[in-house]
Amino acid sequence: MKAAPFAYHRPASVDEAVDVLAAGDAKVLAGGQSLVPVLAMRLGRPGTLVDITRLPGLDALSVSGGELRLGAAVRQRRVERSAEVADVPLIGRAMPFVGHRELRSRGTVCGSLAHADPAAELPAVAACLGATVEVTGPSGTREVAARDLVTGAMTTVVGADELITAVRFPVARAGDGFGFAEIARRHGDFALAGVAVHVVRGGAATLAAFGVSDRPVVRDVTVGHDPTEAGLRPVTDALAREVVDTAGDAHASRGYRARLLGVLAARELVRAHREAHA
Amino acid sequence: MSRPPARDEDAALVAGAGRFVDDLDPLPGTLVAAVVRSPHPHARVRSADLRAARAHPGVAAVIGPEEVRAAVRPFPLSTTTPMPYLPSATSTARYVGEPVAVVVAIDRYVAEDAAELVEVDYEPLEVVVDTRRALEPGAPLLHPDAGTNVATDRTFSFGDVDGAFAAADHVVRGEYTFPRYSSVPMECYGVVAHWTDGAEGPAVEAWANFHGPFTMVPVVAGALGVPVSRFRLHVPADIGGSFGIKSGIYPYVALMALASRHAGRPVRWTEDRVEHLLASSSGAGRVMAFEAAVAADGTVGALRVDLVDDVGAYLRPPEPSTLYRCFGNITGAYDVPAVAIRARAAVTNRAPTGLNRGFGGQQLYFGLERLMDAVAARTGLDVAEVRRRNLVRAFPHRTPTGGLYDSGDYARALDLLLAEGGYDELRARQEAARAEGAYYGVGLALVVDPSGTNIGYVGLATPAEQRTPGRDKSGSTEVVRASVDLSGVVTVLLGSVPQGQGHATVARRVAAQRLGLPVEQVRVVVDMDTASTPWTVTSGSYSSRFAPLVTSAVIAAVDRLAETVRAGASVLLEVDPDGLELRDGMVRDPHSGRECRFRHAAGVVHWDPGSLPPGAPARLATEGEFVPPEAVAATAEDRINSSLCYGFVAEMVGVRIDPDTLVVTLDRVATVHDAGTVLDPVLLEGQVLGALVHGLGGAAYEEFRYSPAGQPVSATFLDYLCPTSAETAFELVSDHVSSPSPLTPLGAKGAGEGSSMSLPVAYANAVADALAPAGVAIDALPLHGEVVHHLLTGEL
Repeated sequence: MKAAPFAYHRPASVDEAVDVLAAGDAKVLAGGQSLVPVLAMRLGRPGTLVDITRLPGLDALSVSGGELRLGAAVRQRRVERSAEVADVPLIGRAMPFVGHRELRSRGTVCGSLAHADPAAELPAVAACLGATVEVTGPSGTREVAARDLVTGAMTTVVGADELITAVRFPVARAGDGFGFAEIARRHGDFALAGVAVHVVRGGAATLAAFGVSDRPVVRDVTVGHDPTEAGLRPVTDALAREVVDTAGDAHASRGYRARLLGVLAARELVRAHREAHA
Repeated sequence: MSRPPARDEDAALVAGAGRFVDDLDPLPGTLVAAVVRSPHPHARVRSADLRAARAHPGVAAVIGPEEVRAAVRPFPLSTTTPMPYLPSATSTARYVGEPVAVVVAIDRYVAEDAAELVEVDYEPLEVVVDTRRALEPGAPLLHPDAGTNVATDRTFSFGDVDGAFAAADHVVRGEYTFPRYSSVPMECYGVVAHWTDGAEGPAVEAWANFHGPFTMVPVVAGALGVPVSRFRLHVPADIGGSFGIKSGIYPYVALMALASRHAGRPVRWTEDRVEHLLASSSGAGRVMAFEAAVAADGTVGALRVDLVDDVGAYLRPPEPSTLYRCFGNITGAYDVPAVAIRARAAVTNRAPTGLNRGFGGQQLYFGLERLMDAVAARTGLDVAEVRRRNLVRAFPHRTPTGGLYDSGDYARALDLLLAEGGYDELRARQEAARAEGAYYGVGLALVVDPSGTNIGYVGLATPAEQRTPGRDKSGSTEVVRASVDLSGVVTVLLGSVPQGQGHATVARRVAAQRLGLPVEQVRVVVDMDTASTPWTVTSGSYSSRFAPLVTSAVIAAVDRLAETVRAGASVLLEVDPDGLELRDGMVRDPHSGRECRFRHAAGVVHWDPGSLPPGAPARLATEGEFVPPEAVAATAEDRINSSLCYGFVAEMVGVRIDPDTLVVTLDRVATVHDAGTVLDPVLLEGQVLGALVHGLGGAAYEEFRYSPAGQPVSATFLDYLCPTSAETAFELVSDHVSSPSPLTPLGAKGAGEGSSMSLPVAYANAVADALAPAGVAIDALPLHGEVVHHLLTGEL
């Protein structure tokens, strides 16, 4: 469990980071909670690591224009403990499920988005809320909708010569209700199935499912005026059977994941609906 | 031992001042090894090209199949079946992760870089991973010379088994499967080995976090062709847990000794977690059938037991001991007069198995205690009542297989469990849950907890008529050295190779109390050096030996010191030494009331031995041994008292199963232990809790799984799931009864393993009880939501 040889760069600017990335065979190192084990097991062997954790500006956490903006070096634990997290309640609900506290003290929010594990919580939260991802490359910074970021398991639209520099989450408004739940074998494990839910009072319900496909799956759902868990189950169970397409493993078969998703989706839609209408 | 808690070991450990094998640098200039391992579950090794690796800058030596074949003899095995076992694959690799080559370099990074340059030409062979399949005719053979995958196959019959079955009102049968899992110690394996060639021939000096059994010392020496007297093994004072798993380190001691021979320098190998989960050790998997002859009143007249252990690719010693460690207590807590046993071990293309906390107990009781639930179901009796009717009630109790249960009060422990654990209350929860369409279940397990292994059971793998007369094996001997210095401070040298249990804390108090000294006047040194520490083949920290055996040897040693001190005091007090009392740091003549300090009495022996009467004992350093006479070799009829002491655990588990998600949640665990005299209540509670959570791992989370093609699929902590503190939020009720053993001076029995044997089956019984309305069979572990979903729906 020792990494193969690699070069280590700690650039002074985002431009320099992009230059190093553009030279090829390089990976961005932020919190390192996924990348470092991959290196140690020699499952990946990039020639160069580009450490962005000390880049000026990337550690910014701010609320403006109705959005919570998190720079690429912002650690999950910092977000979790910030006052601003109250503006995006869904992040606060999801964060305790992201690994363990020790991992969150190093891991970054943008790193989780870039890693794009199909069972990760934060990409689903970002997709559910319609977050915007800022991606910087040789030709400048472009914006990517979080729902378009992930293209498959551990793959995103971020190019080899680009890096995620920030993500912007819309802050909650009056009449918003949220729900978040997941089932894992143990606390802190990747979810067997999970849901992030956003209900707008008198309006739409959006559900993002994770752990059940190669990327977060976002669906609009009609919940009606006075939803109950039992009443929603036919809808959520049908939805679950449709969206769960991951192959089973020892921890959960496809059928079990569909069962879990159907149950969790109904529970959280009811919870979010009540919150929206409280 | 009323004086309690804090462990003497803890201050150094919590301050990071522990001395673990990786902290030691006993031989400056030591190089570092990486192991090249087979990616194939079964493959012929056509050739290994080591040239590129040897040429890599920073590499001192690379050894592969040729070097091992040329210099290492197969390890001596417990059976004569031709399944030779070497520390690495020479002609055939038989499991994923089996060592094939070793690279020695200036550091681990370089060693791993060069390890990638080792080119092994493999020819894949047919694979067998399933135990039952391994037994079938036509199954791929791991060791073709053996002509079978069955490494050992013995049958035993005690009492009138057939008569009992013919007379039975019910015959109740069950087939069960027990998974392989580990204990996952925080510290992995570590070895430093140094091979030297001297005028008298080769010698090996090694440091390893090996904790016995020390029967493996001659096994390693034999493989290397070095006399035991020139194989010197040091065990560091601190070992970061093992729970049996590190007994599997010895092949690496041999392998690294050979690597050192080729490197011409000492070699260090520190196992990483991937290696550990892939190829260190685990408890044996087992498939088994249990059958009971049952009378109408629920009493069991006889048992038929058919055990097949999956020991992995080799019968790595001390396997097949998983089959025999519980031989004397195979009838468990019950008074069953007749039993027939078939005991087999099968080789499969999986990693070799070995000791794992509970060793053989969790496998045995999974069958026996699931069967008792089946007996209850068949007779219509309550699961507690059917057990009560069968309990052993008089002690000592001789079991049909030769076990001698030394003491106990099983009925009282069961009553205490049901009362304090709230059996009726949990049944009420069950009723309420069922009324709402939810699942709640209550599971019981009663287990006899053996401690102080009699290694005589190893002989059972060989048929009685093939056992060499005059070469019987038996015993549980422990030897401890103690000394008193010229200021009266007593030192106890423990070669008990603890792995974190707190041996020093307990030994210190035992010695102090025995000598009437304040604990400050006693110190304990933990050090195992086979060249200077007393040891025997049974030495080691395994099978809960410390409380019954080591403390008994401590007493024997300090009693001899006391004789010396009395002799010294007799000079000062001018009285006869006999009858002098040691108390409060003084030596006192009860008749005259005269007294002197312990240290002054010891001082006489140090400074002025000429004043001692002729023939008076003057041993300032002495050894004491404990050799229990009840640990004798197997009889010609194959009866064996496989342990010295037999404790008891009565356990109850309540589980709730969410009817929607099918997630299984532990609601309550109640556990009552009888470990004889309690030496330290805090340490005992720690052992109970640790064993419970270890058992929970096997019950609900942990399993070493293999794909049908033989690839391990739980080789990282992403997939091999150990319970963490977050999984231990269940309500715990714990209590004790104490039935002192008449066979140990303190009355103490071992207590390190109990609940690791009982919790898995208690949990399974609870899940089965919860799901009883659904009519599904529970015959395997682990049990979690996915498994329940599959059982209820058949869906995958």
